[in-house]
Amino acid sequence: MTNPDAAMNLTLYVWRQPGPDAEGRMVRYEARDINPDMSFLEMLDVVNEELISKGEEPIAFDHDCREGICGSCGMMINGVAHGPWKATATCQLHMRAFKDGDTIYIEPWRARPFPVIKDLVVDRSAFDRIIQAGGYISVSTGSPQDANAIPIPKDTVESAMDAAQCIACGACVAACPNASAMLFTSAKIGHLGLLPQGQPERYRRALSMVAQMDAEGFGGCTWHGECQEACPKEISIDWIARMHRDFLTATLTARPERVAAGGE
Amino acid sequence: MELRSKIPAGPLEQKWDRHRAELKLVNPANKRKYTIIVVGSGLAGASAAATLGELGYQVKCFSFHDSPRRAHSIAAQGGINAAKNYQNDGDSVWRLFHDTIKGGDFRAREANVYRLAQVSVNIIDQCVAQGVPFAREYGGLLANRSFGGAQVSRTFYARGQTGQQLLLGAYQALMRQVALGTVTMYPRTEMLDLVVIDGRARGIVTRNLVTGTIASHVGDAVVLATGGYGNIFYLSTNAKASNATAIWRAYKRGAALANPCYTQIHPTCIPVSGNYQSKLTLMSESLRNDGRVWVPKRKGDTRPPHEIPESERDYYLERKYPSYGNLAPRDIASRSAKEVCDEGRGVGPGGLGVYLDFSDAIRRLGVEKIRERYGNLFQMYQRITDEDPYQVPMRIYPAVHYTMGGLWVDYNLMSTIPGLHVIGEANFSDHGANRLGASALMQGLADGYFILPLTIGDYLAGAPLAKVDVDHPAFREAECAVRERVKRLLSIRGTRTVDSIHRELGKLLWDYCGMARNETGLRHALRKIPEIRQEFWENVKVLGDGEELNQQLEKAGRVADFLEFAELMCLDALHRNESCGGHFREEYQTPDGEALRDDANYAYVAAWEYQGDDRMPALHKEPLVFENVKLAQRSYK
Repeated sequence: MTNPDAAMNLTLYVWRQPGPDAEGRMVRYEARDINPDMSFLEMLDVVNEELISKGEEPIAFDHDCREGICGSCGMMINGVAHGPWKATATCQLHMRAFKDGDTIYIEPWRARPFPVIKDLVVDRSAFDRIIQAGGYISVSTGSPQDANAIPIPKDTVESAMDAAQCIACGACVAACPNASAMLFTSAKIGHLGLLPQGQPERYRRALSMVAQMDAEGFGGCTWHGECQEACPKEISIDWIARMHRDFLTATLTARPERVAAGGE
Repeated sequence: MELRSKIPAGPLEQKWDRHRAELKLVNPANKRKYTIIVVGSGLAGASAAATLGELGYQVKCFSFHDSPRRAHSIAAQGGINAAKNYQNDGDSVWRLFHDTIKGGDFRAREANVYRLAQVSVNIIDQCVAQGVPFAREYGGLLANRSFGGAQVSRTFYARGQTGQQLLLGAYQALMRQVALGTVTMYPRTEMLDLVVIDGRARGIVTRNLVTGTIASHVGDAVVLATGGYGNIFYLSTNAKASNATAIWRAYKRGAALANPCYTQIHPTCIPVSGNYQSKLTLMSESLRNDGRVWVPKRKGDTRPPHEIPESERDYYLERKYPSYGNLAPRDIASRSAKEVCDEGRGVGPGGLGVYLDFSDAIRRLGVEKIRERYGNLFQMYQRITDEDPYQVPMRIYPAVHYTMGGLWVDYNLMSTIPGLHVIGEANFSDHGANRLGASALMQGLADGYFILPLTIGDYLAGAPLAKVDVDHPAFREAECAVRERVKRLLSIRGTRTVDSIHRELGKLLWDYCGMARNETGLRHALRKIPEIRQEFWENVKVLGDGEELNQQLEKAGRVADFLEFAELMCLDALHRNESCGGHFREEYQTPDGEALRDDANYAYVAAWEYQGDDRMPALHKEPLVFENVKLAQRSYK
């Protein structure tokens, strides 16, 4: 454990933007007596409590589980999505990552398909629409066969799980110079496409999800690899390669009228 | 108010099948004429909304998150129970039923719990078909592990992220229905009131959290899937936004609230580290498969753990409960931890912690095996505490985790307000006075996928539903009340932040209505709560206005409801003069410190009915009848 007496004083520059159409700017705040065992969001809580006491509006940011799994939180910390710790969402970043006297710049995700709602809160509903385009297996609640009827090799399911653990935080988009959502999209295509249950829709899924991703205005991938560096779940860009493969196969084999039918 | 449980007649094993056969149906062409409002998009809400959409109903699904996938079910770590008996270790529907009834300290309905155990097997089939990547063995078949309160391995899991994978399965099914147009999602929209017309639930009033717009929504039935109220304690393992507002508003509109004092304190959480603490983090119960819980035998022993020899350690769970050992149920494990800490044998700062030690398991299985099983949990522990659990034992302490109490529902999951259905943690139905590990996911999905979609049809087919719209006076009145309340919260402009008042309430409840309760303490809390509530309404400081994203305003509304809920919780705890499961009254214990039930006087569900802000709520009792299990003092020795 860190010595709790090692309290730090920090200077923050935080993006403040009152609403979607308002102009934003960086505002300087002093964060005093910050305990190294605090999480980054607890540090912001402390700053906010002080702001409220002074009659100033607190900094708005999305957060919920604070265990790194709900994907609500996320901000650019000194220009890095989710900050300096690898494989760590903002809520799990702790203040021992910083030292007394540091200056920290805090900004929202920057990408056209993620418009700012207020301060550090952005609209990531584009991700839901990409899933709606085909990020599922079309099976209604009913009586499917016994769960053990189709054995799945352990390695296959472990790989599928590597992709499935995406938390849809959007760090991949924020980190990418092209604001590409390919890591997010390919993780879902990969998760479902690896499993036997996902085979019947494998190629139409690749076509329709990619089409939606493009329609939302996300950029293309030019293999910078920034997304996998920023990903709190360490999802690999290998999934993007796999998505390209599925997409290419689908383009060569799918019937166009089926594609137009979309997710049904 | 009459509590009619509507438990079907007949032998336990046949109740659900017979009932299903007798439920009224809505024909497919008529289903699309009905609008069903689902509030909440966690495991219960998402699975219900998706399934109702598949059946052909028009569904409106509301979530205060930006996406349904953020609901707190996502944080469930360890697993989901199902009576598949894939391990050939003697499991069966009967055994899962029996473990759950016993685990709940005989305070749940036999018929509901048996149905839950029956349906559990379908859940696993459904989830696998959706592509949920449950852990598997090398042969390709599903793997299982053990959880507390059971002597079989019936827990299915996806690493330490089972809740996430199950929720994503339900979320994807829901997104499919959104694309098909059967479900309309209302994200970042919070329910602030329930509308009852002619005695039936006919809609809700919501606030759009981005624009602040207050709006009414009409439906033919309303389903609440809004989770538990554990955040009433301020510090809990719940997500920050989890709250009781929806169920509390329903209570104030006439829905009975059952057993609010049954709260679950989870034994394995990371201890509090400072007064800035915003929430507590669970370390999955699955860790108790391989971790051993201990404290030093001697009081005030401050040696680091590796310097304390084996002979001077007290593996107290293994000592007290040899047949279940470290897998004793949660309430028992938590109380035992409190006991050793109260004796002065706790470890870590402030002495509020016990060790969860993996060194034996690492010696036996190797680091790699342990990393494969629990890697993400160990990593999370290290990030939070800066200690390496592969090298030194984890330090853990109990924390508020789940609430067994909730809105009273009948066998059809309908509350005392016709048309208002309640599913998942928001209802009181299946866990009695203590929930077993890996059973919350099971109940949420059982309710949402397999039970509610059938029982709600029976209600709709039999209900005379007059046509109403948002101009109905009842909607106008509810909207008006919501607007007034928002205005009032914003007009106080006092000196205290919402969090500071919430922390004060939480501390009071933890001290007097937490792991151990007694009459004096509860009476003290009941005196203090109105004082804190008054302080809130006179001195809280909420800045900004109502027509924008205002996170303080959201929080303030939720805390205002917790401040009322708290009183009912303490009242319920005070009235129940026995100990059972998570409700431990110090006056009622066996000579060796175990919970002492009073079956002659308290084998009932306590359902409270709102009578007005200044009046005592009315207590209604639903007797619990046990025809199939023998009531006995729970023994895990």
